[in-house]
Amino acid sequence: MYATNYHRASSITDAVKQQSSSDEAKYVSGGMTLIPTMKQRLAAPSDLVDLRHIAEMKGISVNGSRVRIGAGTTHAEVATSAELKAACPAICHLASHIGDPHVRHMGTIGGSIANNDPAADYPSAMLALGATIVTNAREIPTDDFFTGLFETALEEGEIIVAVTFDAPARAAYSKFPNPASRYAMAGVFVAKRADGGVRVAVTGAGSNGVFRHAGLEDALAANWSADAAAGVDVDASDLLSDIHGSAEYRANLVKVMAKRAVAAA
Amino acid sequence: MGVEGIGARVARKEDKRFLMGQGRYTDDMSVPGMRYAAFVRSPHAHAKIRSLDTSAAEEMPGVIAVLNGKQMLDDGIGNLICGWMIHSKDGSPMKMGAWRPIAHETVRYVGDAVAVVVADTMGEARDAAEAVVVDYDVLPAVTDAVKALEAGQPQLHPEAPGNLIYDWQIGDGDATDAAIAAAAHVTEMKIINNRLAPNPMEPRAALGIYDSAEDHYTCYTTSQNPHVARLVMSAFYNVAPENKLRVIAPDVGGGFGSKIYIYPEEIVCLWASKRSGVPVKWTCDRTEAFLTDAHGRDHVSTVKMAFDANNRITALKVDTIANFGAYMSLFSSAVPTYLYATLLSGQYAIPAIHANVRAVYTNTVAVDAYRGAGRPEATYLLERTMETAARELGVSPAELRRANFIRTFPYQTPVIMNYDAGDYEASLEAAMQAADWNGFPARKAEAASRGMKRGIGMSCYIEACGIAPSAAVGSLGAGVGLWESAEVRVNAVGTIEVLTGSHSHGQGHETTFAQLVADRFGVPIDSVSIVHGDTDKVQMGMGTYGSRSGAVGMSAIVKALDKVEAKAKKIAAHLMEADESDIVIENGALKVAGTDKTVPWFQMALAAYTAHNLPSGMEPGLKEGAFYDPANFTFPAGCYIAEVEVDPETGKTKIVQFVAADDFGNIINPMIVEGQVHGGIAQGIGQALLEGVHYDPDTGQLLTASYMDYTMPRADDLPSFNVSHQVTPCPNNPLGIKGCGEAGAIGSPPALMNAITDAIGNNDLTMPATPQKVWAAARLAAN
Ligand SMILES: Cc1cc2nc3c(=O)[nH]c(=O)nc-3n(C[C@H](O)[C@H](O)[C@H](O)COP(=O)(O)OP(=O)(O)OC[C@H]3O[C@@H](n4cnc5c(N)ncnc54)[C@H](O)[C@@H]3O)c2cc1C
Repeated sequence: MYATNYHRASSITDAVKQQSSSDEAKYVSGGMTLIPTMKQRLAAPSDLVDLRHIAEMKGISVNGSRVRIGAGTTHAEVATSAELKAACPAICHLASHIGDPHVRHMGTIGGSIANNDPAADYPSAMLALGATIVTNAREIPTDDFFTGLFETALEEGEIIVAVTFDAPARAAYSKFPNPASRYAMAGVFVAKRADGGVRVAVTGAGSNGVFRHAGLEDALAANWSADAAAGVDVDASDLLSDIHGSAEYRANLVKVMAKRAVAAA
Repeated sequence: MGVEGIGARVARKEDKRFLMGQGRYTDDMSVPGMRYAAFVRSPHAHAKIRSLDTSAAEEMPGVIAVLNGKQMLDDGIGNLICGWMIHSKDGSPMKMGAWRPIAHETVRYVGDAVAVVVADTMGEARDAAEAVVVDYDVLPAVTDAVKALEAGQPQLHPEAPGNLIYDWQIGDGDATDAAIAAAAHVTEMKIINNRLAPNPMEPRAALGIYDSAEDHYTCYTTSQNPHVARLVMSAFYNVAPENKLRVIAPDVGGGFGSKIYIYPEEIVCLWASKRSGVPVKWTCDRTEAFLTDAHGRDHVSTVKMAFDANNRITALKVDTIANFGAYMSLFSSAVPTYLYATLLSGQYAIPAIHANVRAVYTNTVAVDAYRGAGRPEATYLLERTMETAARELGVSPAELRRANFIRTFPYQTPVIMNYDAGDYEASLEAAMQAADWNGFPARKAEAASRGMKRGIGMSCYIEACGIAPSAAVGSLGAGVGLWESAEVRVNAVGTIEVLTGSHSHGQGHETTFAQLVADRFGVPIDSVSIVHGDTDKVQMGMGTYGSRSGAVGMSAIVKALDKVEAKAKKIAAHLMEADESDIVIENGALKVAGTDKTVPWFQMALAAYTAHNLPSGMEPGLKEGAFYDPANFTFPAGCYIAEVEVDPETGKTKIVQFVAADDFGNIINPMIVEGQVHGGIAQGIGQALLEGVHYDPDTGQLLTASYMDYTMPRADDLPSFNVSHQVTPCPNNPLGIKGCGEAGAIGSPPALMNAITDAIGNNDLTMPATPQKVWAAARLAAN
């Protein structure tokens, strides 16, 4: 790791101030992505501004059907929240399968979304739930948020404060983990709104990161069943191919995970 | 046996410090003035070094020295060597290319060292290493051994035209070919043994300390054999004469073979310490370990197995290409020859065997022995072929094996080995019983009702441990002898220290060896200490690998104990005015048999050291040493059965049961033996289902350089193991023990692959059987 300076921010305003006082500063939340990257000398921020002690970014609330999760909420908190389990158990299930216990107790939903790893789990939930990403400056619909591999709509210095979404009528996440990293090789989040609208988002498989699958959405809107998902053709041409899985194999996994998610929802 | 003697499940004495994080490993060592080394490594798989500019690095904060390979050459540091001479079938010696500890002309794999920085902190050393500017002339690279043999491929070493190190054979080619021509059935296969990275929990490390006042070097290092390290560093690398070089291998966190070899880094730390005037420590990080630790396996073979009309094997013909990487590591040449082809008879009476082995240079890190070393490759090849033959011949896999088992001993195979004892049927029976083999069809049907494909597979392995005797291995090309040493020191108060030339890096010597002594003299295990791993404390020894510590190391202790016992009895007889032949040792006392006369063990020891009243002419003291050179290898064998369920939709394999029935001869501590078997099976499951080193075939970049891409087995990848032991004592050593360290890794991969291919109905599957590969193979079978 290269030498770096650590700052603990006490508020969002304080964090923005600290961050803007250096060109090479970066926010750190759980540090579960950023610190390993720094240890491998692949990132070299001059300053780290720690967001973990900002009260405004913490906590889970459910108001009627509106769910709000503070960006600083850890995966373990999401996995075990009773309120969330009542409103949207799928997201608790998703969080409970991220990494290992250490990672779940340190890593945060805000960090995961800001990082937008193409194999991370949360982006698929955000996209399928049609969530809104709330930052210190604005509210961004998820459809506009994830813009490519490790790319988001966040401006330099912008902080994710929370995510909000309407609790779905039914939802589930099914993930086939990469045998080595246990990130998603294909993860499919299916969500059906109270009004019958269906959104299906796929992570781990797309060569351009998380994406919605129109074919699965149409089929499931017409007929919410595992069989309907199994009948959809998943095109392999835009999917990732690497030593762990060919695009063809991932296309199969997308279909199988979609089927299993619908069955579980 | 008592509660602490031979056969008792004594909890490991060493576990307290290991489990409480209080072990003392090489990286824990700190000495005054110590500084840190970081290596500059080649990012290219093959390149000429046009120039090396260290000037910017030298100006970086904290930097003490930036050293290069030319300086090392000028200082007379020798080439790294391979210590086992193999001759090709045309009689020519193997073609060894030069391996410099730090390359100064050509780099041959990604990770080859080109310079070393010594600085005040590890961070500063790494920062400065990045500032070293190397101008490379990048050359084409080849990573695949089969391809490297083809015409027009990149050439690694001028000494080895066509990248061929040797073209060796064993057995009778004509008899084998004739038997194949006359056979009723021939099973043919192509067998690939996947390349593995050893991944000990503790990465390698070295601390070199040069004392200018004494002109003396000390090296702390992560070694499985510190004496061999000292010998090689003295005799070949010219670091220092043996009497001026102390090598200490303190607690070592696993090796699996990868810490047998002498690597560039420890030599560089010693040399850099003298050059820079400060003690120099280097600690490998995980990616550096993937890049530079010697890998294992990496064979491509074809096999023909011939049968007569009664399903008896009449011949076996094998052609193997072994990837050696860019340089010949210390024992590399012996692995695909005398540790592999000599085991190709397996548990079977095969009248004619012929094997041809070609060893090949490629632009990858060196390949050498890894847990099992040659025997897993032989077992995998044979047992996959046996299973395939059984399917082709339409007989049950157990029946085919039974029909061909060797049943009388000693048995001379056509490939050197002389098996001394075994009962292969006993292990097969035990395994089939434990696995409820006969109940499998019902379990398969039940699984099918859940949409799962269930399969079962077995593997009957034999291996050879405690490689020996020294004269025999010498005649086969070994550069060293493979005996072991021990010294037993009885202190004046009766406590006992055992100095062993073997080395523990997870095997539990401190417990097992102490049990042996406790058993012999009836003294508490707590009064026995095992000393190892320091060339200044312990007499010359050969270290630990090839499951030799029990069969060879403990036999040396037995020999020393015999001498101690003889002298102790003489002293006791003298003290009690009895006849020496009437003295028995029981429960920590020496007694005159049939009387109530007794001398406590400690009193006898005290008498030896006060020397006030010893038999006339006897030397004071009680300390005896022994060197033990075994008469033969030992031959552990057993039967493993794996049962799996494959999810045809995803290709994911779940191991639903795993049975191991092993014959290790007599067992000192069953708990430690079971632990060794569990660990070995975990690595075997790793090889079969999860692990595999991938290099990019065009650029030679290592694609599996971290745990993000290299799949290590995790607890939830493993089933609960059902382990049992059958015992035919080894007739060739005093304890009747055979060795258990590698069996798990040797026996398990074919059992698993036989089970998976049985489940999916497609035999065309290579290791690791990842979900993607199993899915694709299952789909082909279904269509
Ligand atoms: C062993 C291991 C296994 C893992 N397995 C999985 C897995 O299976 N699935 C999965 O999805 N993930 C996995 N992860 C990643 C983990 O979920 C991370 O916690 C997460 O991706 C990043 O969250 P963080 O809070 O740790 O962010 P950090 O590492 O602190 O930051 C990541 C990036 O986001 C930025 N950032 C952080 N917080 C904010 C914010 N509030 N606003 C704007 N920018 C911000 C940082 O500047 C940085 O660039 C794993 C990680 C490890 C170490």
